[in-house]
Amino acid sequence: MPDDYIIHDHEHDGIDRRGFLHCMAWAGTGLLWTISGGVLASRTLAEIAKAGDSLPSATDLSFLQISDSHIGFSKEANKDVTETFKIALDRINAMPTPPSFLIHTGDISQLSKPEEFDTFDEVLKSCRTKDVSYVPGEHDVLDGSRKLYRERYLKNVEGKGAGWYSFNKNGVHFIGLVNVLNLQAGGLGQLGDEQLEWLEADVKDLGSSTPIVVFAHIPLWAVYPQWGWGTSDSERALGYLKRFGSVTVLNGHIHQVLQKVEGNVTFHTAMSTAFPQPAPGTAPSPGPMKVPAEKLRSMLGLTSVQYKQGKSALAVVDSNLS
Amino acid sequence: MITLTPKNKMSALLCGIAFLNLSLFALGGEMKSADSTKQNRIEIKDFAFNPQTLTVKSGEKVTWINRDDEPHTIVSVEKQFKKSTALDTDQEFTITAGAPGTYTYFCSVHPKMTGAIVVQK
Repeated sequence: MPDDYIIHDHEHDGIDRRGFLHCMAWAGTGLLWTISGGVLASRTLAEIAKAGDSLPSATDLSFLQISDSHIGFSKEANKDVTETFKIALDRINAMPTPPSFLIHTGDISQLSKPEEFDTFDEVLKSCRTKDVSYVPGEHDVLDGSRKLYRERYLKNVEGKGAGWYSFNKNGVHFIGLVNVLNLQAGGLGQLGDEQLEWLEADVKDLGSSTPIVVFAHIPLWAVYPQWGWGTSDSERALGYLKRFGSVTVLNGHIHQVLQKVEGNVTFHTAMSTAFPQPAPGTAPSPGPMKVPAEKLRSMLGLTSVQYKQGKSALAVVDSNLS
Repeated sequence: MITLTPKNKMSALLCGIAFLNLSLFALGGEMKSADSTKQNRIEIKDFAFNPQTLTVKSGEKVTWINRDDEPHTIVSVEKQFKKSTALDTDQEFTITAGAPGTYTYFCSVHPKMTGAIVVQK
């Protein structure tokens, strides 16, 4: 019975609770982990409807996060990442109510090669939802190919600096940040002064009740700094967002669902559509994790996010590809 | 048997004392160090440079080879040598050690990965 999915729900408003919430504290760090199994996004939404909670109305917003496609990767952990990416898109297309738009949180490609981006773009054409917002992963900007990425994926946004931007939808303020450039020896992801100053100005005039969604590739919280899973100056960014009643932070990079709630801020990382990576500290390195073939799709997936007018928190639902 | 590379031969002729030096190496049980082009290898495995610190002589070549399923780069912190492109699995990158000193470097994709080359005269 595929009933082991999670729903993050601040409001305690009775959204389907059959989801299986599996939490454990990471020894010594005090982090709360949420491990996802999952059902299909379509079924999840259907079950939400069945439980008496209405599907999104015209003023509600539902969008989908997709991450870490790594087109071009062909090693043992998944020899056909294009196929699993296609399956993810099939799942989106099968949703009874299509998401308003997608957010891709980076690592479209494995090696920033034009042909990898070409394949991604070609496969993406099959997706019913055409509106996609992007932020780069470190795999997208290798070998000075930032220009290539920017020309392809940031052409429809008014990107500032290295390509960060913000936009509003249905009263929600979305902020796409870049934390994979100019990384320093020994360090983590970083935003840099210019981007932080922009962020401070970007949110300055917003009312505190405006729901905020921040998306960036590398986690904006210290998931596991030993593996570089964190952003050195994320605290400063979060400081500018402290006064807001609802902040949802969506990241990729670590190829697994982890979640932490800190005050009004919910941090969430998404599964990859390409290959899983080990849980923090459970392997010699964070490299691609080989799992039995029949298990692979259960460790790949997408994240659906819903915002309902009048409720401050957003519901975040992960679903896998099995 | 010690094999002299062309560079070492040149050095031997120029310095005149190379024979003595190499003899000392041999006596010290460090014959391997004379065959520099084959030995100065840094393997990248499990997101780490191994060895993390490598001592070489100026003019010798140093080669990195990536044994991970992830791309890595070699970037000098102080821009003391030209950075590599992203190395895919089993790809190599070679530099020739320049002036004596310590060359710290890192992977710009995974900056937690750091290493150093100590170049001696």
